[in-house]
Amino acid sequence: MSDTLLKTIFGRLTLESFPIHEPILIATFAMVALGGVALVGALTYFKLWGWLWRDWFTSVDHKKIGIMYMVLGLVMLLRGFADAIMMRLQQAMAFGGNEGYLNAHHYDQIFTAHGVIMIFFVAMPFVTGLMNYVVPLQIGARDVSFPFLNNFSFWMTTAGAVIVMASLFVGEFARTGWLAMAPLSGLDYSPDVGVDYYIWALQVAGVGTLLSGVNLIATIVKMRAPGMTLMKMPIFTWSALTTNVLIVAAFPILTAVLAMLSLDRYVGTNFFTNTLGGNPMMYVNMIWIWGHPEVYILILPAFGVFSEVTSTFTGKRLFGYTSMVYALLVITILAYLVWLHHFFTMGSGASVNSFFGITTMIISIPTGAKIFNWLFTMYKGRIRFELPMMWTIAFMLTFVIGGMTGVLLAVPPADFVLHNSLFLVAHFHNVIIGGVLFGMFAGINYWWPKAFGYTLDKRWGTISFWCWVVGFWVAFTPLYILGLMGVTRRLRHFEDPSLQIWFVIAGIGVAIIAMGILALLIQLYVSVRDRERLRDVTGDPWGGRTLEWATSSPPPEYNFAFTPVVHDLDAWYDMKSREAERPVGGFRDIHMPKNTAAGVVLAGLSAVTALAMIWYMWWLAILAFAGIVGFAIWHSFDYDGDYHIPAEEVARVEDARTHSLASTKPAEA
Amino acid sequence: MTRFLRALPLLALPALAGCDWVVMNPAGDVARQQANLILWSTFLMLLIIVPVMVLTVLFAWRYRATNRDAEYKPDWDHSTGLELVIWSAPLLIIIALGALTWVATHTLDPYRPLSRLAAGKPVPAGQRPLEVQVVSLDWKWLFIYPEQGIATVNELVVPVDRQVRFRLTSSSVMNTFYVPAMAGMIYTMPGMETKLHAVLNRPGRFEGASANYSGAGFSDMRFPTLAMDSTGFDRWVAAVKGGGQRLDTRAYLTLERPSEKVPTLRFAAIEPRLFERAVQMCVRPGQACMGDTMGHGTHPPVNNRPAQPGRPEGALQKEPGEKGSSPHMSAPHGQPAGNASPEDDGSNRNMTRLDPHALPGRPVSGLS
Repeated sequence: MSDTLLKTIFGRLTLESFPIHEPILIATFAMVALGGVALVGALTYFKLWGWLWRDWFTSVDHKKIGIMYMVLGLVMLLRGFADAIMMRLQQAMAFGGNEGYLNAHHYDQIFTAHGVIMIFFVAMPFVTGLMNYVVPLQIGARDVSFPFLNNFSFWMTTAGAVIVMASLFVGEFARTGWLAMAPLSGLDYSPDVGVDYYIWALQVAGVGTLLSGVNLIATIVKMRAPGMTLMKMPIFTWSALTTNVLIVAAFPILTAVLAMLSLDRYVGTNFFTNTLGGNPMMYVNMIWIWGHPEVYILILPAFGVFSEVTSTFTGKRLFGYTSMVYALLVITILAYLVWLHHFFTMGSGASVNSFFGITTMIISIPTGAKIFNWLFTMYKGRIRFELPMMWTIAFMLTFVIGGMTGVLLAVPPADFVLHNSLFLVAHFHNVIIGGVLFGMFAGINYWWPKAFGYTLDKRWGTISFWCWVVGFWVAFTPLYILGLMGVTRRLRHFEDPSLQIWFVIAGIGVAIIAMGILALLIQLYVSVRDRERLRDVTGDPWGGRTLEWATSSPPPEYNFAFTPVVHDLDAWYDMKSREAERPVGGFRDIHMPKNTAAGVVLAGLSAVTALAMIWYMWWLAILAFAGIVGFAIWHSFDYDGDYHIPAEEVARVEDARTHSLASTKPAEA
Repeated sequence: MTRFLRALPLLALPALAGCDWVVMNPAGDVARQQANLILWSTFLMLLIIVPVMVLTVLFAWRYRATNRDAEYKPDWDHSTGLELVIWSAPLLIIIALGALTWVATHTLDPYRPLSRLAAGKPVPAGQRPLEVQVVSLDWKWLFIYPEQGIATVNELVVPVDRQVRFRLTSSSVMNTFYVPAMAGMIYTMPGMETKLHAVLNRPGRFEGASANYSGAGFSDMRFPTLAMDSTGFDRWVAAVKGGGQRLDTRAYLTLERPSEKVPTLRFAAIEPRLFERAVQMCVRPGQACMGDTMGHGTHPPVNNRPAQPGRPEGALQKEPGEKGSSPHMSAPHGQPAGNASPEDDGSNRNMTRLDPHALPGRPVSGLS
């Protein structure tokens, strides 16, 4: 075959695009392939494909989609953390004559992949997964507003993750840093597939994030149970509402800026180039207009989790609910007024810098109020130190330090010396690990019994907790110190041998965190193994206060046989204290959405389109894109999207619950 | 107040003793004021952070479920007085910090000429700032001294206690110019000029580096910064002038090509207006400086030079044969490292090994 024909068919994909030169990657690939074959084999052997496909992949049930998001986040956490270990190892080794074990090619991809994966494919799926699972239950709804859209959003996010993972074995990932700043990410300086992988992975996943934002806003606005006015809405749902408002307002900017970067790369426009009037500073400006709200998109749901957990485990109403809600709203609005603080050092005038510095500081006022509210929720409470509460206390003690260094970075002249330094790196890990991740762990431990009907093992959970908290401080305190020693980020190699000890300590911290992750995995395994010992049949193991605890664990497909009526902010606590009877008869047919494979198909075709664009296989991109449009049109004519759960079936499920509830009650009746 | 302000850093000294925390203990007045600002802001915030942390631990312990002596008020969820306090306490801190920020941001604006050389030491009347023009090239720093008519690569020398006015730009991608001992960092950006005013107050050798990731050779974009007394500086200028090499257009274009771990180079003479052409990205002969023809007012327009020949086309405009290939990261990429071709392709990212090569300028062995 001629070269032209080959290039037309395969684009720039050649045999050299596969890592046949690289023993480490071959071994990794072999392991992944073996693991994959073993998994596929096991699924086939145990005849689980049908179950997986029918009950999970095509499911439009918000609970199952929520759980799949959490699985995605956990799997990607392992990948992102592997990158972190490699970076720490390199920086602990590469001093003076020692170049370390990673060349710039590898190292630069690793720090880029670490950032992209941790934000887009770990933190975002965790946050979205929790909101998906919990919000409809908390507002007493059957499902989200658009169940199919929910399934589609999940698969688009997963397709983005698959695209990033593909870059590990075919071609390469971006070597630009996690925001792919222009002009470095332009065709002039990054002609290879790396930046294209970056762009398409985020564009595909971004569609999922945006649509899931639309979906949850509609759900929260339209589907609340009767009686649940906005100011009787659980605080986690409030945080989900503000988060999704932020998503819907911010993600289109990311889409637009990446689209402009793609136009520069694919059709030779000059939005962000160094020639013909292009302006790379505009890229920096625009990506941070998305990037700063993104930080709040991650942290607000964590704030919601902490509010629920504190109230539940102190056995008290949340202190200052109203001011908590207003604090969320103030943060939502201010999130759009601070983005310039990411580039104080680009030469803006002093008044502009001051303005953005001061707006940034103002965010610490509602945030501080929230911390105080949690504090005063604990005041005169009965605090039970279950795992979610332990994560909350650790969060409060860790996050205030991260918040303080954040406000420090908001003072422009201080930022001049700390910008791009390891101090900055320590700061954002302090808020993302100490805030978002601790919040997610609190949430996972809190809602796991709701999702599966048994609590998580406390012993391994406690080990994981201490490893994470201690590991975090051992890993990042040295980075704060190094930042004050003038050491900047993304360096692959150092000259000054006196710095080495700090990097070694940071490496030890990462090793401790690794044990925390291991303990987490053991905790999950032990809990599944001992699920009978950990069983909770009440559906309310923690003495919960919001509606999700009113139904069984795991909840039936339809969540609530009858839509609950809400009279109080802590609706379930209110029902319990009024000794409201659980309805046991008079069930009616329940109208439910049907499962569909359309989400998997559309996301799969999107991934193919993206990969074809990355590798310049225009014919395939056109075909796959035509497939997306065609299939979407065809699917929209499929009116067979719903069914009814018959009243008898509902009665059977509810009776079973009545029996199991009665069996646990002391024999008083 | 001001005396206390000056004494505050001393209070922190015991904590810093034994460590070389250059950001907190710098050699230049601007960085010194920035360090003081860090300490002051931290102090202000600790006023609220410490009580919060103490109360968290205290409440967690006092109201533990096993402590049946502690009061339990499950329905207590509101107190107007307390709410006022918890909103106004952070507010007061932020008002104080905001005022501090406004003033400090204006006094320490990098574009603003210095008003003093050190605390209590105003800029002497008639002292002209030393101008240094900085160009970040692919993975080295070019310093041009227009007044002295010399230039260096990867070596910055400034006289002690004299204001330095840096004018900065970049030849290709963004970097930041950062000498922690002297002052905060500032971006260098292609087609744009930024400014920084700073001073070093004691002689010595300090580290400088790029603090913004710029590609494969970024890690080694370091340069020593030497502060000398004025006679020492004059001697150094004279020594550089005796070197012989001239930084002209050709030498600049050779220098501009990507290279890593470049040793210190010195140029005894310079072509005039090289920096201005670097800002407008028109050093290459035949490239029109758009600022000369199209500028409105004093500022040259940003980045509006025409495309250069050899600039990559958009992917969709490529013939199949031009698509090239994108080998895996471990495969040797495109051009070999170094300056094998004069028209460097996009292999800005492709240098992963040290490849010493002939650069113009007089290399310096063993720094003074």
